[in-house]
Amino acid sequence: MPEKSAGALADAQPVGRKQAVEQKPQGLRVSGTLYRGREGMWSWVLHRITGVSIFFFLLVHILDTALVRLSPEAYNAVIGAYQTPIMGLGEVGLVGAIGFHALNGLRIILVDFWSVGTRHQRLMFWLVWVLWAVLMIGFTPRHLMNVFGG
Amino acid sequence: MSTATLEGQAAPTETVQSFTVTLIIRRFDPEVDSEPRWQDFDVELFATDRVLDALHKIKWEQDGSLTFRRSCAHGICGSDAMRINGRNRLACKTLIKDLDISKPIYVEAIKGLPLEKDLIVDMEPFFDAYKDVQPFLVSNTAPEKGKERFQSVADRERFDDTTKCILCAACTSSCPIFWTDGQYFGPAAIVNAHRFIFDSRDEASETRLDILNDKEGVWRCRTTFNCSEACPRGIQVTKAIAEVKQAIMRGKP
Repeated sequence: MPEKSAGALADAQPVGRKQAVEQKPQGLRVSGTLYRGREGMWSWVLHRITGVSIFFFLLVHILDTALVRLSPEAYNAVIGAYQTPIMGLGEVGLVGAIGFHALNGLRIILVDFWSVGTRHQRLMFWLVWVLWAVLMIGFTPRHLMNVFGG
Repeated sequence: MSTATLEGQAAPTETVQSFTVTLIIRRFDPEVDSEPRWQDFDVELFATDRVLDALHKIKWEQDGSLTFRRSCAHGICGSDAMRINGRNRLACKTLIKDLDISKPIYVEAIKGLPLEKDLIVDMEPFFDAYKDVQPFLVSNTAPEKGKERFQSVADRERFDDTTKCILCAACTSSCPIFWTDGQYFGPAAIVNAHRFIFDSRDEASETRLDILNDKEGVWRCRTTFNCSEACPRGIQVTKAIAEVKQAIMRGKP
């Protein structure tokens, strides 16, 4: 019974409401705006994404390595498929993901265990990116030379 | 003197510039809407006005059905935490001049707690987590006869930061972990546990550390620092949580 009367109320009232619904601004999601977190939140998001990606890589990697026990020919075929340029670019992504995950992991350890870690977390976040850039500058040209140089 | 003051008050009212500010508010009426919807309002405001003043103007002059909580309106009661331009703030402490008014101001309810109406959420789950950490002084020994419980300045300083909490839920509802895992105690409960765990007069620290040494306790914290940035009292929330983590590992505060 109470539900019914609430429904009747809703039916009786919507004249002013309907107009409001029509002037809904474009491009706004019903679910609300994206929370505008800062460095800490984005480092966590990236840590999750890279972590899950690395997990799936390791899963595939263990499976393809295990293949050598079943049939060395099949193993060679799979490894041969890895020697393509697309996989070579994927390896850049893999190293990038592992590099970020490792460096940011050290940052999280410092945040948790270093007494002033929480105060310097933002600086450490940018430091992670600097070290990551150094790593990638060292790795990417050499690796791409191997992939595309034949 | 008094005439000068009167003139001083009368003159600026003519010269103070006002601005038309657009607020886009995420509204929800459980009796009408199946989903929240965005509605925009144009309000005439001064640079010194706060978002709360804008909401008042809308409620009093344009749409009386706009629903939100506020009590003291001066940043003490913690009733009007809401998401303003995508960040948790107190509406009564957010000045219009600190926002970019060339763009609309987005106002919505805090995230992670059940939405009841417009900007009001059900705060019960939040207060349940607060109650669970025993946020009161527990002592089995009587103080020295005729004396209060003694505490040194240094001992008081140990938990000074976490005494500032006003339970507005801005921190807990800014936490990405809390959004997806409502069982997590949340930053506010841990802050209030910290306030007593590190109080030299309190004797139930072990109990509180036991409560928080849980899958849904401090170990859920992923140090996103959203809570520290959202806190309207400037409490270093993530630091407090890290201290509780350390205390659990050491087995004592």
